[in-house]
Amino acid sequence: MNKLSAQRVSMQFSRDGKTTNVLRDVNLEVAPGEFLCLLGPSGCGKSTLLSIIAGFLSPSAGAVKIDGEAVTGPDPRRIFVFQERGVFPWLTVAGNIAFGLSKLSRTDREQRIAHYVKLVGLEGFEKAYPAELSGGMKQRVEVARALAVNPDMLFLDEPFGALDSITRLTMRRELLRIWEAERNTVIFVTHDIDEAVQLADRVAVMSDRPATIQQVVNIDIPHPRDISSARYLELRDGIFRQLGLAHKV
Amino acid sequence: MAWQLAVSFSSLHILPGPLEVVGGLADLIKHGLLLKYVVASLFRVTWGFVLAAILAIPLGLTIGWHRRAEMAFNPLLQILRPISPLAWIPIAILWFGVGDLASVFLIFLGCFFPLMLTAINAVQGVPAVFLNAARNFGLSPGAIVSRVLFPAVVPQLIVGLRITLGIAWLVVVAAEMIAVNSGLGFLIVDARNAGNRYDLVVAGMVVIGLIGLLLDAGMRSLESRHS
Repeated sequence: MNKLSAQRVSMQFSRDGKTTNVLRDVNLEVAPGEFLCLLGPSGCGKSTLLSIIAGFLSPSAGAVKIDGEAVTGPDPRRIFVFQERGVFPWLTVAGNIAFGLSKLSRTDREQRIAHYVKLVGLEGFEKAYPAELSGGMKQRVEVARALAVNPDMLFLDEPFGALDSITRLTMRRELLRIWEAERNTVIFVTHDIDEAVQLADRVAVMSDRPATIQQVVNIDIPHPRDISSARYLELRDGIFRQLGLAHKV
Repeated sequence: MAWQLAVSFSSLHILPGPLEVVGGLADLIKHGLLLKYVVASLFRVTWGFVLAAILAIPLGLTIGWHRRAEMAFNPLLQILRPISPLAWIPIAILWFGVGDLASVFLIFLGCFFPLMLTAINAVQGVPAVFLNAARNFGLSPGAIVSRVLFPAVVPQLIVGLRITLGIAWLVVVAAEMIAVNSGLGFLIVDARNAGNRYDLVVAGMVVIGLIGLLLDAGMRSLESRHS
């Protein structure tokens, strides 16, 4: 059975009497444990789709089902990772990671914090506040905070968009390592074609507004992926053409 | 030094020199008036400021949280806010008579509106991602307020409190000139009326300045401890 299925999801926004169609009849299926990238041009509505899947917005038409149940609101079993802006500045690294763990006993909580601090490579920074951390470290804190509650799905909305290109590469490798260890179902929104082809099992390519899913591309290369291999380039160029982009600068 | 020199070289008697002012201060201390007046002024400021904070902050946070409440209250707030608390002096005296209560009321008014606006703005400035994250982790509405909303607004509230305490200290001097018979504001008016003792007038001003500085320093240390 599918982990997630979106059926004919449409979304309209009305502002000042003007109606904008953002999504039109989006159909999507995601298997358990799958890593799916939603790829599309900026402003095409992929973040809106992710917010609907996460339950922060309700669609104008259609429905999203997860484990066969309709999504009616946000749920701690499925955590949304914002860009690093979502880290709470008044809590330490440990405090942020413990945010969703208030129901656990003290010892369990400490263990959970220690485990995820280690997993995202922030040992020694447990007592630091976000203001003292770099962008990449804040992003790790947010990922750790999300993973600490053992969610079965993770939603990431351009999580590495604000990072420099070197840190972004490291973070992708880290995310894959964590995903291979935890095997959550991941939906990852990006406008970066290379990022999508490096990370995902499947890439859902979205059109311009009103967005639909144009094509779903299977990335049949095992990890770790060689980003100069012929198959990688072939898949990437296929998506380039799919988006109607000339492959020259 | 510069002050003393300027005063002794100018033939006009514009300001008393620092030596005279020190003499005036000594006079005040000798008669036990300085401590009494400082305590009287601080007492009024404390009451007016604390009462305003207790009422205005929860009210402002509530109004800021509910968009509709803000739309309902905003016009009234915008009309009352630009009225100087000093314009309320006659009404304060009418309601409370000449005494502590009238000046406490004036300080309360001077603090209430700025604090309430700070609280409203602080709530509305809380980034939506924080609230969405809190909902995502399954927090109850009460827990969202105590674990996310409140810590998110505290830094801005502390800045608002510091600015407002400065306002309170400005208002108390003016209120004491008219509505009471003690305090540093009264000292200044009384010294002028009772025989043009400008040494005491300036002594009062110096004390007001110093205490204002101390109050601000106190609030700043609170601010830095929190960031």
